[in-house]
Amino acid sequence: MTGLSIDRISMRFDLPNGSAVQALKDVSLTIGQGEILTVLGPSGCGKSTLLNIVAGFLAPTSGKITLNDTPVRGPSRERGMVFQKGALFEWMNVRDNVSFGPRMKGQKPGDYAAEVDHLLEVVGLRDFKEKAIYELSGGMQQRVALARCLANHPDVILMDEPLGALDALTREKMQSLVLKLWKETGKTIILITHSVEEALLLGERLLVMAPRPGRIHSEYRLPFADMGVDMDLREVKKHPDFAPRREEILSLIWDMEEEIMGRKEVAE
Amino acid sequence: MIPLLLYIGFFILTFAIVRALTGSMRKDDFIARKTVTFGDESAVVADRRASFFSIFAIFLLWASFTGSVLLPDFLHMPGPFTGTGTFTYTAQTADGQSDDATVSVTVLADAQESDAVEVAPGEGFAKNDSMAISTYRSSLARVDANDEVTRDDGATVVAVNGEPIAPGGEVRTDFARIGMSQRGTLNVEPNSGWQMEPIWLPAPEAVFKRFVEIASTGFRNYTLLEHLGFSLFRVVSGFVLGAVVGIPLGYAMGLSNWFRGWFDPIVEFMRPVPPLALIPLVIIWAGIGEGGKIILLFLAALWIMAIAARAGVSGVDIAKVHAAYSLGASKAQIMRHVIVPNSLPEIFTGARVAMGVCWGTVVAAELVAAEKGAGMMIMVASKFQNTDIVLMGIILIGIIGFGIDILMRWCERVLVPWKGRS
Repeated sequence: MTGLSIDRISMRFDLPNGSAVQALKDVSLTIGQGEILTVLGPSGCGKSTLLNIVAGFLAPTSGKITLNDTPVRGPSRERGMVFQKGALFEWMNVRDNVSFGPRMKGQKPGDYAAEVDHLLEVVGLRDFKEKAIYELSGGMQQRVALARCLANHPDVILMDEPLGALDALTREKMQSLVLKLWKETGKTIILITHSVEEALLLGERLLVMAPRPGRIHSEYRLPFADMGVDMDLREVKKHPDFAPRREEILSLIWDMEEEIMGRKEVAE
Repeated sequence: MIPLLLYIGFFILTFAIVRALTGSMRKDDFIARKTVTFGDESAVVADRRASFFSIFAIFLLWASFTGSVLLPDFLHMPGPFTGTGTFTYTAQTADGQSDDATVSVTVLADAQESDAVEVAPGEGFAKNDSMAISTYRSSLARVDANDEVTRDDGATVVAVNGEPIAPGGEVRTDFARIGMSQRGTLNVEPNSGWQMEPIWLPAPEAVFKRFVEIASTGFRNYTLLEHLGFSLFRVVSGFVLGAVVGIPLGYAMGLSNWFRGWFDPIVEFMRPVPPLALIPLVIIWAGIGEGGKIILLFLAALWIMAIAARAGVSGVDIAKVHAAYSLGASKAQIMRHVIVPNSLPEIFTGARVAMGVCWGTVVAAELVAAEKGAGMMIMVASKFQNTDIVLMGIILIGIIGFGIDILMRWCERVLVPWKGRS
């Protein structure tokens, strides 16, 4: 089958003091080609670990991941990653950052110049091609990171709280951009976030994870991402289904957080 | 003590004047508020007017206390007495007769005996005397030597300028301190004023004159440029060798557990050993020639560069490495495009420190033993009490060290503009 398949992934971290943390337990999930999936959960529920395993930065203790029927072993260009803080290369200008993937493949400037220009146009940074990374604002840096990821033509884009460090206004613009890019490129996207609103707005499917051990708690199928493609996100939020959904998921996560706190108090 | 008080006074005075002329020193804005609450270091910026006055104050004090020609006379501290001063002494014979006579003392820089003025012998058994003393020196005055009744006949000096004096005592006249030795001889010590003797602190223009002289005629078989050039050459070659070995070593230590474990004890042990402590060993092994000095500077730079490169590699943000991996870069490409550029700011910081340490070490090594070099120049000059050359050397060493640092900072700005801005 095409798409990403996550099959009974478990991850244990052995701590130096001899104990172990079960970060993930039997997580199974399939994501079809072109789907956009958002992952929510209280801190410590293993969502970043899951993403790092899919990216290939971590090897799971047990379980298997396949992308288009090929097992995932280590990082690769099919699975692009966008980090919370750009993780851009400050010693290169914007263009060289975006063309990093093609250049590492050995492409000549003639091969990728047009596409880099196009991508910078799409993310609205056409005039910043020659600028140094440290001259850009946080939001612009995240757009460079998006363009850099797209220039490499990954099948799946993994986003680890990509908008978490941005101010509210920039964040809203970037959310629209993510939806636009999703629709235009047809990429599979997995996006981790702390914000319930963001998860509702951007996710065709929304996954809520629970901690200790990290596992999938529940899954929602949502109409808002499709609406948001060609509608103002503030309008989407006014949809009659939006607020009840938000309250439902918020209280779910609140309960989990409270349970964690309670358990801590008992332990102490 | 007086120079210090004057310096503090000058500090306060210039502050008060600039403040009075330009109003408040700082604008009353948010930045000022920040400083008041010690919130932000960057809110304090060096006031260049203060820097100007600071340098000016040093030269002013220097010139004032050395009687420099750069300053008008009224700004000079009181200098040593020069000219001819007189005092009278009262001699008393064993049988109680007493008589006065005058002593004329001529004080000049480099005074000869012939500079003493001619005086008439005068009346009585005590005869007038004359003598010549160089500035800052003192001289015994056997005032009774030409008298009709001398000390050997039992005469003693009992008063100077009418004030009684006894062996071990002293009388201050308007131009000198007249002391009396235990054996009854007068010792004339003309007032030295507040100025410094040139052998302790030469005037600025004397230092500059010596600089011009040495720059044109050289010092000890080598020109000034050769002396400074050799010091610089040693620093640069030692530093380059240290960097060429130290940076790959640091990379290896940052990338491989085995290298890290192997070299950690060596690097961590050698790092706190001051390079100066290695000078004796290096001299025993390699002699006092160029080889020994370059080895010493190599050792001074090596550990600093290795540690800087190690820190640069270890300090790479793991997200950047991950990003490069998921963009399809190979290990070699990550090394070349991510690890190395990412470590450059650290390496430049290390290079700046290493150059400073090397410059200090070379001067110290030349102080110990060298045929040429900035350190050798001031060491040899000090043995001959050529304080002007010593001062000139110190100033040149300071200027070059400062220049090296400016150059390194400039390189840093041009080559790693992203430093501290990620």
